[in-house]
Amino acid sequence: MKPGSIAIVGAAETTELGKIPHMAQIQLHADAAINAMHDAGLKPGDIDGVACAGESPTNVAHLLGIVPNWVDGTAVGGCSFMLHVRHAAAAINDGMCDTVLITHGESGRSQVGHASWGGAGGATLPGQFEAPYGMMGPPTMFTLPVLRYLKDTGTTLEQLANVAVVQRQWAGMNPRASFREPITLEDVLASRMIAYPFTKLMCCLVTDGGGALVLTKAERVKDFPTPPVYIIGSGESVETPMISQMEDLTTSRAFRVSGARAFEEAGISHQEVDHVMIYDAFAHLPLYGLEDLGFCGRGEAGAFMAEGHTAPGGQLPTNTNGGGLSYMHSGMYGMYALQESVRQMRGTAAAQIADAQISVCHGVGGMFAAAGTIIMSNQAP
Amino acid sequence: MQLADRSKLPVPVPTPETEHFWTGTKAGELRLQRCNDCGTIYFPPRPFCPNCLSKSVEVFAASGNATLYSYVINERPHPAFEGPYSIAVVQLEEGPRMMTNLVNVAQTPEALVLDMPLQVVFEVINDDITLPYFEPVPAPGGVSS
Repeated sequence: MKPGSIAIVGAAETTELGKIPHMAQIQLHADAAINAMHDAGLKPGDIDGVACAGESPTNVAHLLGIVPNWVDGTAVGGCSFMLHVRHAAAAINDGMCDTVLITHGESGRSQVGHASWGGAGGATLPGQFEAPYGMMGPPTMFTLPVLRYLKDTGTTLEQLANVAVVQRQWAGMNPRASFREPITLEDVLASRMIAYPFTKLMCCLVTDGGGALVLTKAERVKDFPTPPVYIIGSGESVETPMISQMEDLTTSRAFRVSGARAFEEAGISHQEVDHVMIYDAFAHLPLYGLEDLGFCGRGEAGAFMAEGHTAPGGQLPTNTNGGGLSYMHSGMYGMYALQESVRQMRGTAAAQIADAQISVCHGVGGMFAAAGTIIMSNQAP
Repeated sequence: MQLADRSKLPVPVPTPETEHFWTGTKAGELRLQRCNDCGTIYFPPRPFCPNCLSKSVEVFAASGNATLYSYVINERPHPAFEGPYSIAVVQLEEGPRMMTNLVNVAQTPEALVLDMPLQVVFEVINDDITLPYFEPVPAPGGVSS
């Protein structure tokens, strides 16, 4: 995409986050969408493109009374919304539509009107060659590469556990975060074992919520009441539906491809980045992300985080909402990472980074199966 | 790892592309595929080479030798399994990696050491399906724990 040609002019989460048993999943989409349209000063008649995951764009468009010229139902897991941003930017630039609404809503905790993932059918490759060995969702799948990562890179279990400690520091500054009490390394290591070596505090929350974005041409930003946030780079990729078949269990190919493409499009160096979001379903994700996106050398991310560089006051503030480990995680967390990047670029985050101008927002889909990267800036191109 | 209730295990449903693998495990063989054109050895099964897309591929019986590449020990109860159990990725001697369970060994970090040598064993799940598991290779002259 042409850097800076598209802007985010509306962004909002659901009014409530956490436990929302009085809303079905589709209503979480609608609640977030209404908030985002209100944020942008738009009505459904002003929207002509719809993208979402977890629900069909048909359901969302119908519920909100939108008549789309363009829809995207790309569903590759929690980073689907990064891909929607990228696809919407291309569609708007190509003249297929003018104003795109991207929605997420997920009743991950309360399971009200929740469309189940369904699991792998017995005849699929994951169904034949992974499910019989007792896979029980992300806590046993996403975590599987980590012992190899620790051994090959020399990263310690304490450095892995420290990721949860650092992110809780950010969450403590965020009134909307689910968990805000400070935690220590000892707390993380002593919490209940879920799937060795992962304890409970190294695993994400399970909550309810949603979020929505409105995108349009950058030349239109003066028509909107919100501070514009420009898309200056984007990337996406997929690797494998089977965690056991990653090319290399210690690095994500999808992360590397998506991240490199986004940086290339943006034409920026890592030193110019002021703020980073790396989808953290589990504590190792920020370590893989920092290395695979090029912020740290191989095996250096654990020490980088232990030295406080991503923590409040550090040189590379990362996951400043508290992340999936402490802020919220509905199941497809990517939308919340995007929302925090937008807030940081608007200057409205709970833990605002002073003078931040460039934010890198990186999502994962499935268990290292997919990736999407969006680079934003508050500086007009 | 011990199975508590085989009927609660999600069982593979072979397809035409994977049938040779599951007939192989029933016959006590761990079958891989090799490309006749470029020599790539690969898993999981498919009727073409993932490296060069040649459809000239052959099925062969692997050695069953492997090393422990990575694992977790799941502590949450699964209806098919007895107590905490390991889910592992093993590095096959021939090159590919595959997921499996580790058997005839304590399900503890102390007993499960990365890169330890393993060998395949076969577990009959039902009339149609036999799963390949892996166990430690007994130390020469010793007894595996």
